[in-house]
Amino acid sequence: MASHLPPKPIPQHSTATAGGMAEAGHHHPRPRGLMRWLLTTNHKEIGSLYLIFSLVMFFIGGIFALVVRAELFQPGLQLVQPEFFNQMTTMHGLIMVFGAIMPAFVGLANWMVPLQIGAPDMALPRLNNFSFWLLPVAFGLLLSTLLMPGGGPNFGWTFYAPLSTTYAPPSTTFFILSLHIAGISSILGAINIIATILNLRAPGMRMMDMPLFVWTWLITAFLLIAVMPVLAGVITMMLMDINFGTSFFNAAGGGDPVLFQHLFWFFGHPEVYIMILPAFGIVSAIIPTFSRKRLFGYASMVYATAAIALLSFLVWAHHMFVVGLPLVAELFFMYTTLLIAVPTGVKVFNWVATMFRGSISFEPPMLFALAFVVQFTVGGFSGLMLAISPADFQYHDTYFVVAHFHYVLVPGALFAILAGAYYWLPKWTGHYPNLRLSQWHFWLSVIGVNLTFFPMHFSGLAGMPRRIPDYALQFADFNLVSSLGAFLFGASQLIFVLLVIKCVRGGEKAPAKAWEGAEDLEWSVPSPAPLHTFETPPEFQPKQH
Amino acid sequence: MRTLLVWMAGGLFSIVLAPIALANGWNMPVGVTAVSRDIYSLHMIIFWICVVIGVIVFGAMFFSLFRYRHSRGAKAATFHERTSVEVIWTAIPLLILVAMAVPATATLKTMYDTSEADLDIMVTGQQWRWRYEYLGEDIAFTSNLGTPRDQISGAAAKGENYLLEVDEPLVLPVGQKVRLLLTSDDVIHSWWVPELAVKQDAIPGFVNENWVRIEEPGTYRGQCAELCGKDHGFMPVVVEAVEQERFEEWMAERKVAASQEAAGVDREWGMDELMGRGEQTFGAVCASCHQPDGSGNPPVFPALAGNQQMLDDIDWHIDRVINGVSGAAMPAFRNTLNPVEIASVVTYARNAWGNDAGDSVQPSEIADRLAGE
Repeated sequence: MASHLPPKPIPQHSTATAGGMAEAGHHHPRPRGLMRWLLTTNHKEIGSLYLIFSLVMFFIGGIFALVVRAELFQPGLQLVQPEFFNQMTTMHGLIMVFGAIMPAFVGLANWMVPLQIGAPDMALPRLNNFSFWLLPVAFGLLLSTLLMPGGGPNFGWTFYAPLSTTYAPPSTTFFILSLHIAGISSILGAINIIATILNLRAPGMRMMDMPLFVWTWLITAFLLIAVMPVLAGVITMMLMDINFGTSFFNAAGGGDPVLFQHLFWFFGHPEVYIMILPAFGIVSAIIPTFSRKRLFGYASMVYATAAIALLSFLVWAHHMFVVGLPLVAELFFMYTTLLIAVPTGVKVFNWVATMFRGSISFEPPMLFALAFVVQFTVGGFSGLMLAISPADFQYHDTYFVVAHFHYVLVPGALFAILAGAYYWLPKWTGHYPNLRLSQWHFWLSVIGVNLTFFPMHFSGLAGMPRRIPDYALQFADFNLVSSLGAFLFGASQLIFVLLVIKCVRGGEKAPAKAWEGAEDLEWSVPSPAPLHTFETPPEFQPKQH
Repeated sequence: MRTLLVWMAGGLFSIVLAPIALANGWNMPVGVTAVSRDIYSLHMIIFWICVVIGVIVFGAMFFSLFRYRHSRGAKAATFHERTSVEVIWTAIPLLILVAMAVPATATLKTMYDTSEADLDIMVTGQQWRWRYEYLGEDIAFTSNLGTPRDQISGAAAKGENYLLEVDEPLVLPVGQKVRLLLTSDDVIHSWWVPELAVKQDAIPGFVNENWVRIEEPGTYRGQCAELCGKDHGFMPVVVEAVEQERFEEWMAERKVAASQEAAGVDREWGMDELMGRGEQTFGAVCASCHQPDGSGNPPVFPALAGNQQMLDDIDWHIDRVINGVSGAAMPAFRNTLNPVEIASVVTYARNAWGNDAGDSVQPSEIADRLAGE
């Protein structure tokens, strides 16, 4: 076995690798109170900061969504004016994508990647601190635009030019700055994750021994590094158009508004995989644990993830089927988009095959993971339908699309994050989450999410466009159900907050190996995980193939 | 056990619910063109493929959840890969997708064939109305939202076609191939009528093409589909498809009306006349940004009531209306409004809501100015 091992990358003695953290931990008194959190370089503390931050953003973005749903409760303008409605849809999208889902995955990576590969900390602890603390700055700035004259961003989270340049409110420059800061944070975080995974694995752990959460995050991190600079580029071009008289996207000055969309979606499509690949990793850890059986097709899972990541660079213009692309481009992007269904299907089949002839139990993490598989697949199906370019001429920019991406992102990515939280809360806090509350949270969330988003398929097919503050009377019933569902879903997330607080304070004590079928390295350290783990690298035994 | 039953019921529910819902008309409209029917059948084929895959995958999953429960003492097997199975479930979806791509490609080719059109219509999106120009026919007009404001605010009961009605619909002949040339004066809009299965972005600086051959006379309603600012939701499209003879009559009527309007340019208009006409035009075109009472919505949409710069300088005021403000939200109305409308709306803004400039401008002056520029 030893002859197959790669050369050991870095000597893994605690004081050498742990660097600043060990210094702060061992030679100086640790700062207390606020300074402890401002200055921390510990991956567990930073992971917690990321998770708390994303939870706060999730509720802020959720309140914006509820403003939207309240206005759409019935036809007519009742609560808000169209200007403010557009700010709410835009801010909801931006906050959820960049402030809630992405930081939540980074938080999980911070906590779990070092624990899963047997590393003492992230490879670049100070950078880790910096990339977190950029986020409150970025999102504080973004939220402050709502109070500026002319209001905040009102052009949709896709901010198509020239609506977001020539016709944008004055606060757009601040929006651009905040997105730059959040983008830098993402790139630094991605560099850190790659450096950690490539250099700090426990001796004996080869790449193909890594848990899938680590694999999916490694691939996600490369996606981030590839596309975040494209986003930075396109918003810089906007900045120039707005403030320095250039005409990148201004047709009157010889510019090209469609160029914006190509650049945006070259970032934007990989971005949607950035929000789903780590979810695949979490679910691939949970399903085997509660099926008490090894993940089916580990290698094909890794290859499928890589294939999805590569294909994600070749499908961007399926967001632009009605922009007036040439026929050849239309066909190319239809074919590549259909192709993505193949590796995605492999993943779903592998999860089902893992459950087949397992020994299955239904603890809260498993419930969320199972709901993920079903509902993500529903989102995949509507994605397949949207890929058929002629049909997309009907679906495009309707509530059918809204239903599609919310199925992938809410009962998809978000449920995977919640599954991960339930799975690892015993490791983080040393206590099991309250079972009753977990079940209430799960069932109300499932009901709420489907009541909200399933009717949107029908309102879209019936002809309701996205991003409208008021609608024709035939859409009224669907919208009423969606709004009721949204309030149910929003309210049931308060149960989760209560549950986490209770879990931190007490509850049934969890052993090191909190789940009977769990196998990865994180279950070899005590629960709760002490501040410093794996100061000497663990013995890693690869599974027998 | 109870949990499982709920799961099964839920799974079954969603698998059964979706087809029932679609069969009962909660579905994409079949539409009234050959292309719309092709698209509808593609939509249904891919939908049924998804249903079948869903039944198999979720069936296998729920079977496993039910059959291999830990609580029933199930012992886990140890297999964790099988190359043959993995190859099969990679290959079969691939074949299904190829089978799906073939008819989709054929339909797309038809949709892209805009050649040999009988009639060309230029469709221009503008915040927040559509302008239609019958190329070579000397007919052009603007189509604004027809729903009164008090229906939107809830002060009046909502009509049957709430938000899907316009002051002047696009009139098209049935049986003819009509080519649509789409562009925009400001931001990106998207012209969409579900029954015609035409959705095409209208982009400033570009001219996009699409086409439609309507088979049945009728009124077909749609909306702008691309977020285009504040009143994106209040920018409907209404197409009235009529028989060829009726279409020709309509064109003749339109031309007579246009020549009468043109004649109005040369005569002297009284103050009351200008104010009356101006109020109409302001309500249809200007009020969505500058508000019916001229209070605007600063800083993006300036107030007109008490706007000193505007009141002091009528030339500046006229220039703003004709040429717009480059780099800001105010569009140029030189092509959208005729001289009578420009003269009356300028006069109105100078003398309404407490504004007391007292001056006015004649349509003939505007016409001279437009000709001179």
